[in-house]
Amino acid sequence: MMATLLALTVIFTQLSLLAFGGGNTILPEMQRQVVDIHHWMSAQQFGAMFALAQAAPGPNMMIVPLVGWHVAGGAGVLVTSLAKFGPSSLLTGIALHVWERFKDSPWRRIVQAGLVPMTAGLVTASASVITEASAQEWILAGIVVIVALTTTMTRIHPLIVLAAGAVIGLSGIGQI
Amino acid sequence: MAISASPDIDERDTPTSTELFTGFLFLGLIGFGGVLPLARRMVVEERRWLSGEEFTDLLGLCQFLPGGNIINMSVAIGLKFRGIVGAFAALLGLIAAPTVIVIALGMLYDRFYDDPHIRHLFAGLAAAAAGLLVSMAIKIVLPLRRKPVAVAIAALCFLAIAILRLPLLPTMLVLAPLSILLTWRLQP
Repeated sequence: MMATLLALTVIFTQLSLLAFGGGNTILPEMQRQVVDIHHWMSAQQFGAMFALAQAAPGPNMMIVPLVGWHVAGGAGVLVTSLAKFGPSSLLTGIALHVWERFKDSPWRRIVQAGLVPMTAGLVTASASVITEASAQEWILAGIVVIVALTTTMTRIHPLIVLAAGAVIGLSGIGQI
Repeated sequence: MAISASPDIDERDTPTSTELFTGFLFLGLIGFGGVLPLARRMVVEERRWLSGEEFTDLLGLCQFLPGGNIINMSVAIGLKFRGIVGAFAALLGLIAAPTVIVIALGMLYDRFYDDPHIRHLFAGLAAAAAGLLVSMAIKIVLPLRRKPVAVAIAALCFLAIAILRLPLLPTMLVLAPLSILLTWRLQP
């Protein structure tokens, strides 16, 4: 148990400090660690946890306590949450103190612009990894495509498409 | 006092740690999808903790740092008004309710996973969640389409992470400096 909690701490501390461009950029690495390396769950379970986190309110990184809970119960929730939200928050606190000095400097703008293609690549990778885990059957792949198109081209509320996906899934059409 | 369009210093409130906690608790509870626009409404317009410029300024800082924008924002606002205690209060408020809700959902999922109806329901939900992520990726990639260098970096990053399944840390250590260097050299 201690070894597991330690492993969770190391993984989520690293993810915390690498999450440039928001939480969705670190999903592939999170999946690689918890599915491929540590075998704590299957890729499908990881996809389901991502879906639960999307259906729940709050910041979009709620998959973190869920993974912690699945792997190590209450202690897992505590450890993953502290490791994921602690280091980046500490960095925010430190940066807040020196912010005034460098907020107008040209290099800050360059670094920020330089990170945009990284964020684009990482979010695209996340979409690919999560789709691969979640669209095992043609009907599910269909849901992915339709949701992707509707939410790109309209301003429909995410909760409506999540509910629609759940209802189509519940109908059982096209699923074993 | 004259009616002014934006609140000035005298009109703004300084929140207590309890107010920081309850304010962000409320945000955590109602924030589906994007919490940020709701955060701005609460912090700037309703509770008047910050002016519009201060909010944008803090957001710039939070986007520059690793971690979710709204997570960093809660820490920054808490810290600004009530120091470390305030930062804890705001962050805890923001994640407390969503954590409880998501774990309750996870328990339901585990409890009823053997039921085919529940399994089908969650499969549909997961597919829809994947679709939302695909849409988000499209919206981030499309603005880059006239910048070949940015597209190349994004494609390299996608190849390394999604196809080759390389670890994130070495990938970022190579690609991030390269991307920043190219942005710097090629800027108009």
